[in-house]
Amino acid sequence: MMKHRAIDYVLLVVGLLVVWQICHELVGEYALTSPLATFAYAAKELGDAHFWNNAGASALALLYALIIAMVGGLAIGLALGLNRLAGDVADPMLITLFSVPKVTLYPVILLVFGLGLSAKVAFGALHGIFPVAIFTLNGIRKINPIYVKASRSLNLSRSRTIFTVLLPAALPEIVSGLRVGFAATILGTLIGEMFAATEGLGFMLIKAIDENNVELLMSLTLFLFLVAATANGILLAIDHRLHRRSAAAA
Amino acid sequence: MSKAGWIRLVIVIAFFGALEIMCRIGWIDRLTMIPPTEMAEALWSMLLAGSITEDVLYSLRNTVAAVALSVLAGFVCGVIVHALPRLRRILDPLFASYYAVPVFVFYPLLVVIFGINATPLILIGAMFGIVAMLISTLTGLDRVPRVMFKSARMFQLDPLRSALLIKLPSAAPHLITGVKLAVVYSVIAVVAGEFILSSKGIGHRIAYAYNDFDSRTMYGLLLLLLTAVTVVTMSLHMWEHRLHSRWAKQ
Repeated sequence: MMKHRAIDYVLLVVGLLVVWQICHELVGEYALTSPLATFAYAAKELGDAHFWNNAGASALALLYALIIAMVGGLAIGLALGLNRLAGDVADPMLITLFSVPKVTLYPVILLVFGLGLSAKVAFGALHGIFPVAIFTLNGIRKINPIYVKASRSLNLSRSRTIFTVLLPAALPEIVSGLRVGFAATILGTLIGEMFAATEGLGFMLIKAIDENNVELLMSLTLFLFLVAATANGILLAIDHRLHRRSAAAA
Repeated sequence: MSKAGWIRLVIVIAFFGALEIMCRIGWIDRLTMIPPTEMAEALWSMLLAGSITEDVLYSLRNTVAAVALSVLAGFVCGVIVHALPRLRRILDPLFASYYAVPVFVFYPLLVVIFGINATPLILIGAMFGIVAMLISTLTGLDRVPRVMFKSARMFQLDPLRSALLIKLPSAAPHLITGVKLAVVYSVIAVVAGEFILSSKGIGHRIAYAYNDFDSRTMYGLLLLLLTAVTVVTMSLHMWEHRLHSRWAKQ
């Protein structure tokens, strides 16, 4: 089983590299650098302090945005999930807010927060908070009513009900939400950096676009893809395990 | 309208009312945001004067083309990948982390290849939407009862007819979900592309108005864009719900 999966990953990576090389051959050096050239350039970038300064700035913004999105989303989802009517009212509204293309709001964010860290964080959090809230809300609402009844007959206080019954029971859904929210927050922070920052990887991207520096653009894309895919893979594994465990318990 | 629906309406009206008052009494200064009524008025006068018609139609045409392309290609690829479980296992990690990467960093590359015109916008929109459609197609086909496939074999349908007559209708509720996501993602990519690099379109006009401190034009266009996207996604959302509940009954 493990061996199979390793082979699958190798096949995927090799397949992507082949597709990349073919695209490179088709469109030429100026539009798309070859995998080999990109890896060489990326290795050079990784040894550059300038790159790590920007990566650090992005990481900091991402961290703040993640904290706001996760804590805020959980709080919103939990508060609305506890009350049936509040949940019914909020559910379609949250879905609408989630599906609004928030890229369009960048001028508003810029006008409100100005150029800098707070605008990036606001943009990231704005992308991530809704999926976390939606998944949490649905997780709480889908809890087996027996659990709630049991907690009531045990006379648990409200906070103990939340922390010992509701949150653990909704954990698989919440983790799915955190995974989707994580991806959305990365995307939001990067977009924020592209439009509203003077440092960070998103800022490097937009500069590479302006200068038409395809090598840098491809290296950054590669780096971001690898980081995002790794983080996503880890969260996905946790996600699958929790869902399997709760399915086994039910 | 249900009780929840009324409450939602009150919340939305209260929100815009509060925004209006805060703008009017100067808690939010005019450079940051203009009152919602003025946004509507600005939009109305622009629509009457016809000064934005060309840009709106340009963006609309590109978005429709991108959605059509991603829905069609996503469905076809979904059917193919579903028929090849081995390929699906290999590609799974790619699908799972696709949306964690800002795909539109490829937009400048497309511009280099195709020039500044509609083609790169449509392609980036389609690239953004296709995976959502593909994943929804896979989910939809997973839920098709096996007996359907068996009857397709009994009637000796060829692959094309079995895709159109059996798979398409029985996976319909999930396909609508895919279409909805494809619309959302395509709009994001097309508008973001127009922000970054374009000479026409609603995104270009918003970015231009922002740089020009022309908040009336900017907020008028934002209002138009957000209203249009909300109406489209909400209608698709309602349609999706209706299909899901009809399927659940059967």
